[in-house]
Amino acid sequence: MTARERIAGTVANYVDERTGSAAWMKKNLNKVFPDHWSFLLGEIALYSFIILLLSGTFLTFWFDPSAREVVYEGDYQPLAGIEMSAAYASTLHISFEVRGGLLMRQIHHWSALLFMVSIVVHLLRVYFTGAFRKPREFNWIIGVGLLTLAIVEGFLGYSLPDDLLSGTGIRIAHAIILAIPVVGTYLAFFAFGGAFPGEAFIPRIFTVHVLLLPGIFLALITVHLMLVWYQKHTQYPGPGRTEKNVVGYPLMPVYMAKAGGFFFVVFGVTTFLAAVASINPVWLYGPYTPGQISAGSQPDWYMGWLDGLVRMSPPLESYLFGYTISWNILIPGLIVPGLMFTGLALYPFIESWITGDKREHHLLDRPRNAPNRTAIGAMALTFTLVALINGGNDIIAQQFELSINQIMWFSRIGIIVLPPIAFVVTKRICLSLQRADRELVLHGKETGRLVRLPHGEFVEVHEELSPEKKWLLTSHEQSGPLELPETDQAGVRRPSAIRNKLRARMSTANAEAVPKVSSKDLNEIEHH
Amino acid sequence: MANDLEAIKDPGIPPHVNRKADTDPLAAKRAERQVAILFALSSFGTLLFIFAYVAIPDDIFIFLPVMGNTNAHQLFLGLGLAFSLFFIGIGAIHWAKTLMPDNEVTVQRHEFRSPEEDRKDFVKTAKEGAAAAGLGRRSLIKKSLGLSLGLVGLSPLLLLRDLGPLPGDSLTKTGWKTGTRLVTDPGDRPIKPEDLEVGAVAQVLPEMLPGEDHRKLTEIATDAVLLIRLRPEEFNLDAERLSWTYEGIIAFSKICSHMGCAVALYEQQTKHLLCPCHQSTFDVTRAAKVLFGPAARPLPQLALALDAEGYLVAKQPFSEPVGPSFWERSS
Repeated sequence: MTARERIAGTVANYVDERTGSAAWMKKNLNKVFPDHWSFLLGEIALYSFIILLLSGTFLTFWFDPSAREVVYEGDYQPLAGIEMSAAYASTLHISFEVRGGLLMRQIHHWSALLFMVSIVVHLLRVYFTGAFRKPREFNWIIGVGLLTLAIVEGFLGYSLPDDLLSGTGIRIAHAIILAIPVVGTYLAFFAFGGAFPGEAFIPRIFTVHVLLLPGIFLALITVHLMLVWYQKHTQYPGPGRTEKNVVGYPLMPVYMAKAGGFFFVVFGVTTFLAAVASINPVWLYGPYTPGQISAGSQPDWYMGWLDGLVRMSPPLESYLFGYTISWNILIPGLIVPGLMFTGLALYPFIESWITGDKREHHLLDRPRNAPNRTAIGAMALTFTLVALINGGNDIIAQQFELSINQIMWFSRIGIIVLPPIAFVVTKRICLSLQRADRELVLHGKETGRLVRLPHGEFVEVHEELSPEKKWLLTSHEQSGPLELPETDQAGVRRPSAIRNKLRARMSTANAEAVPKVSSKDLNEIEHH
Repeated sequence: MANDLEAIKDPGIPPHVNRKADTDPLAAKRAERQVAILFALSSFGTLLFIFAYVAIPDDIFIFLPVMGNTNAHQLFLGLGLAFSLFFIGIGAIHWAKTLMPDNEVTVQRHEFRSPEEDRKDFVKTAKEGAAAAGLGRRSLIKKSLGLSLGLVGLSPLLLLRDLGPLPGDSLTKTGWKTGTRLVTDPGDRPIKPEDLEVGAVAQVLPEMLPGEDHRKLTEIATDAVLLIRLRPEEFNLDAERLSWTYEGIIAFSKICSHMGCAVALYEQQTKHLLCPCHQSTFDVTRAAKVLFGPAARPLPQLALALDAEGYLVAKQPFSEPVGPSFWERSS
């Protein structure tokens, strides 16, 4: 026994005798994780969160979350002698006088953007592969919750420096609160400690940004990961992979080295971006004052779709019995996003209601093999993308010398017309891909080699697929639509016939597929 | 359907293929050296970071293509840190991929559903527990507990009451009173009509009261006004609104009637005001009527007059609340 082993043994013994953890450790150090690049997306989100905690803590050492007015006397000459909030002045101090402060600010902002991107792309991966199905519905809901909180957290974060751009963002948030019927005015006065902008809001959102929300994040992320751990990771279909097993690398040492290494890679790339690419140069915007604004005011991208919805809204307001309801703010600012996130959170339950499938699923779907789900996803993405494009309509108009009014009208019409088109097109593409898979299995792949047969005919040689590839293309499940007869066996009309009819129709649409290769097909080919 | 008639059989996990380093000690040695070089690059990054921290002054700028002028101090701090982190990561991954065992392992999943016996026992225990507490039988306890639990939530809500004052009528008030002088922002100079040429636009605020030397942002948020001068014949206003202008000078609240941004973009040719936040467009010649965008109401117009010394003043306060809509707003 080497000295090192002896020390390790002593430590392990010490811990185990006090916690009894050896059995647990033994089991979990051998935990198996399937390998696929798309499983790294969630990891990027996790690592970005850690980077945010580290860089954010650094920033709090100098940031002064106060709306108290000061006269700037720092190093940045263009703003010398200007009145501004202590929050803005301390942001300038971090940027210009704290060594590495600007770097840390930029790391913080870049990793916030990366955090949001990776959450969204991770969500898309989980959605399009059907990883949210039983038993992972809880984790899907936690994920939607994390996404929602992350958007709020990001918004609060870029509001804190109290520059002209972020103050404008707060102004808009204030207007959304004001628009809430009945209680909006009271909520706005409570949140802001009086009239806009007041001096209370910045310190309050600071506490929410650095304490309350990160605490909730930590709790939710912990549960999210514990569930992944306990339920074991999903895996892509392939030879040897079944619903009952999990194939991959053990945690110790391969996965630990790869995942730990990947943390440093994400941190390194974020830092590189922060080093070379300036982001949110608040000193160029000047301090916030409600009477000023800069052209091209844009939120960060993850709020852009929301801003785009608000921009395209028709000018609707109702005046009833001396009260005002601002539909032009309520619909794009609260109702539509509320519906989007509710739909997102409920999707696993909706799908399982339509398919009637209550079994566990650990093998992922190839998106083409779930055409309806893929098409719904494409539809939702199209909706959000049109909104996002409209959120940058002023920049687009300027860059491409287009009329801003025309872009707005394109978005207003497009957001209604384009999503259904995306649904139909995506579904057709999925079915075509299924057909292509079927052809491949039946006839092999084209080699481009032409051969002349003895009787003079030219044919192209097709090469048979490998058994692994064939298995991949045929191992998915195809189940028919739900059978929901209108009457039961005794001939009595079932209750809720309309609901059943709707369910049956959706189920039929959902089950639409190109039949995969069966043994009958193969027999026919052989007898050809 | 075809599920029980699978045409193709699962060929099983493909056999493990050895990497070069698995069989060739020289290749393994080479991989070890590569990992070491990657880790060494990380150390080099840290050295670069320290060098930048102590030796590069913060007033040197370097031109980067695409990125423009970049502060050398921040740039090399960042590059050093980025290298030191990135290469630790790449080194670890290279190590795992070349030298750590790459045999895939298969383990069985367990079913999440508990055994039938446990489920029954659980239900039994839960029922027994509920019965022991007697919640079902003792309805008085149940109801009073429900009531008190419902009520206890009120206390924290009430505690939040002091977050802010009640709105009262503060949303309907601004700093503009009858006879308040318009002063330039910035500069705080009173304005005579001849100061403003046709086509000009100016941001104004109400004159500060004697003894005040400082404006609160809260005041600017309601009081900011845009002054625009057209030729009088360009207006297309009713008699009352026309009487609110003065020799072609018209004044609107600068706070957007949609969401409160500053409506700062004035297009001289078309005489349109545009809000940069959501592109609501207002026609100056027709009392800021909404031409386009999400705003539902015109910008409130401030009635103008001249005082005895010939300076522009507000003829009367705003006739309606400025800024975004709110529930209690009456029109």
